[in-house]
Amino acid sequence: MSSAARRVGALMSSTAGSTPPGQPPLAIGHPPLEGEGSRAPVLRLTDITKRFGPLVANDQISFELARGETVALLGENGAGKTTLMNILFGHYVADEGTVEAFGRPLPPGDPRAALDAGIGMVHQHFTLADNMTVLENITLGTQSLRSLRSDRRAARERIRALSSDFGLAVEPDATVASLSVGERQRVEILKALYRDAKILILDEPTAVLTPAETDALFRTLKTLAANGLSIIFISHKLAEVLAVSDRVVVLRGGRVAGERRTAEISRGELAALMVGYDLAPSPVKAIRTGPPALILENVAVRPRSGMGFADLSLTLRSGEITGLAGVSGNGQAALAALIAGMERPTAGDIVVRSERIRDWGPRRALGAGVGRIPEDRHAVGTIGDMSVTENVIAERYRSGRFSRHGFMRWGAARDFAEEIIRDYDVKCPSPEARIRLLSGGNMQKLILGRALDGEPAIILANQPTRGLDVGAVAYVHGRLVAARDRGAAVLLISEDLDEIQTLADRIVVMSKGRLSAPSARGERTVAQLGELMAGHGLEAA
Amino acid sequence: MRLEPKPAPSKLALLLYPAGAVAVTLVITSLLVLAAGASPLSVFALVWKGAAGSQFALMETLTRATPLIFTGLAVAVAFRAKLWNIGAEAQLYIGAVVTVVLGTGTLALHSGLLLPLIAVSAMAAGALLLLGPALLKTSFGVDEVVTTLLLNFIVLLFVSMLLEGPLKDPTGLGWPQSQKVIAEAQLPRIIQGRRLHYGFVLALVSAVVVWVIMKRTALGYEMRAVGHNPEAARFAGIPVNTVLMKTALLSGGLAALAGFSEVAGLKGNLTRDLSPGFGYTGIVVAMLAMLNPLGVVVSAIFVAGIFVGADAMSRAAGVPSYIANVMTATALLTMVAAILLSRYRVRWR
Repeated sequence: MSSAARRVGALMSSTAGSTPPGQPPLAIGHPPLEGEGSRAPVLRLTDITKRFGPLVANDQISFELARGETVALLGENGAGKTTLMNILFGHYVADEGTVEAFGRPLPPGDPRAALDAGIGMVHQHFTLADNMTVLENITLGTQSLRSLRSDRRAARERIRALSSDFGLAVEPDATVASLSVGERQRVEILKALYRDAKILILDEPTAVLTPAETDALFRTLKTLAANGLSIIFISHKLAEVLAVSDRVVVLRGGRVAGERRTAEISRGELAALMVGYDLAPSPVKAIRTGPPALILENVAVRPRSGMGFADLSLTLRSGEITGLAGVSGNGQAALAALIAGMERPTAGDIVVRSERIRDWGPRRALGAGVGRIPEDRHAVGTIGDMSVTENVIAERYRSGRFSRHGFMRWGAARDFAEEIIRDYDVKCPSPEARIRLLSGGNMQKLILGRALDGEPAIILANQPTRGLDVGAVAYVHGRLVAARDRGAAVLLISEDLDEIQTLADRIVVMSKGRLSAPSARGERTVAQLGELMAGHGLEAA
Repeated sequence: MRLEPKPAPSKLALLLYPAGAVAVTLVITSLLVLAAGASPLSVFALVWKGAAGSQFALMETLTRATPLIFTGLAVAVAFRAKLWNIGAEAQLYIGAVVTVVLGTGTLALHSGLLLPLIAVSAMAAGALLLLGPALLKTSFGVDEVVTTLLLNFIVLLFVSMLLEGPLKDPTGLGWPQSQKVIAEAQLPRIIQGRRLHYGFVLALVSAVVVWVIMKRTALGYEMRAVGHNPEAARFAGIPVNTVLMKTALLSGGLAALAGFSEVAGLKGNLTRDLSPGFGYTGIVVAMLAMLNPLGVVVSAIFVAGIFVGADAMSRAAGVPSYIANVMTATALLTMVAAILLSRYRVRWR
């Protein structure tokens, strides 16, 4: 590690000369602080307040970040984490308060200034150009127009060096489209490092990673911190926060609910700080498995993009949660699309309660009693610019309850929306509010309400808790378990093994478009499941 | 400069955006008027007088607004579902062709029967004309902006061919024009001696019907859902392609009514200059109305007023009436900016 540090030092000093004028030369080992010593914070947020209309997203938030320190920003959805980071990064302008980086105030509303001050951000949703190479993505916007070729060679060297020093293995000349999610994230981190970031902000970085990738990321973060980088780690996953951070700042309802040294706080205390009340662990009930509700018989799907599968068979039984584990990109998306009705099988049969269904499609799936929770809340689950009411009735506006002779019954629709808002504990200003103004957790609760309200016999839950905070996760889990208990057949697709192991009565693993034999809860160890996820020892299901 | 998303604007704000756009347009065009050596205030006063200063002027403005309401509605309906119908001009001409074919004596019926029959046939023709591009879009992903735009030229050439051939008026002294429609196929005038005809009433009724469709029916809901997010709409079980087809039929039919109303209500026959770009101006009308069907009526009258008023003004003030084109074009651009501002807040710094 000390050799890595030395190499970084050398690397940085060799590139310092090539930084454009006006930008402070980078020195991870020697921050440009005058007279304040290394105790002075590299970043100081003072009394940040941000309002969106009546909503106060950030209320007098202050915290500091020291050199080489990893601070976790923990909070539920809508707690104000993302808003705060957007202010820090110049995407939003705070109504009150100041941001200081390296002792100098950062001009508000100027992402360029944040970049120049050495703040790098890895967004939850990656900002890479798919059709360009890793090298091009990393150097985008940093090159001068002249002497592109020599820059390119130097850039490639530098990327290689950075990636080997920090365990960010990625091929500079690969096209981004061909990379896995984990690799793309590494490109994002490299992009920040390449631009001499001294403060790295990661927004929910593990949401899309496998356990192994998460471990690798944490190792990288530790190395970076040891080399003097300061890191802000935004998360709502307690285990990760405890594993990676030195200090935790807990946000709740836009305020700082508490600030603790990680070594001095327990998981339970942290959870209580975050949600504001104690979480009870969900009880495990004895389950009574019923007859098959949905049978896929030797189905094949060839999606337009991503991995498909052939000759796949799967049975979902009433009163049982089937967990589908696997690394993303192994055919889960196609399987989910098939069950949701978004894809048609090119071969094989779909049997719902012993009836073979022809003409499979979204409406057919709904008619067959499949409640669907899609993976992507924003692009697929909701219509952002339409109201809450218009969104919750989207799957059933044709029923007599909501339309008659082609005319909508908006009064009934609004009543239904209010019912869902109440029953599913959704926080929203009114049923008329545009759904895109809701936080992720509330949006998911609405989707849950829409999918589960008709008590569907089959439930497809594709990554139902991705990006949600502890409170919302517990809520979603509770709803799924309740649905199982009333006799629904649930397919839970998740990349989070913990989630699968907690909830699923039966686990199958998907890898390279094939399913493993099912195993009962607790039958396989994490290591065994991991092996299956990596594609070893696959048997016919 | 940064853009921040902001919550949905209030009802009042929705009125302020078009008003602001119009105000900015007036400021920009006054610079041009100054450059032309006239006083902006007197020019705008003359435009106002020419557009609404007398009963005659007002009637002329409403007459001119009639086809614009139809094409504006056609565009508003299609754009709401993000079906970019730039071909209202072609659909208008097809509607006019059908009106002439059926209205010049082919069918001898009572006008109470003949007019509805012609109107429905014209709508069907316009609807079918837009169905082609819509099918190409849903089946092969062909961009409908290109196909509908190009169809305008194809249809205009087709009309030229008809006017030189089968539809040519034998008594027309060689001019490329059709015969006049028979008396039973004419829309009556609202006031004796004025040009305003019942096509205007039909336009108002259409606007109300379209408003009801958009706000109150399942089809309107489907169209809005498909327009905002087709992927989510499909996931929720909305038949996206079918909705686009229905949208195309409605939009094409409305545009064709403009052609019907111009021939049966105003001109009496078909010529190549039946429409001075009503199809394209319909886009401006729809955008100024922020795609609201009732707003289309207001914005169509406004745009028509500019054109009618500018004609009168240019005779009196010596400023070219092209200023009307500049004004509507500027209004479109400022309105697009205003729509952006209705969704985002601009932060300077």
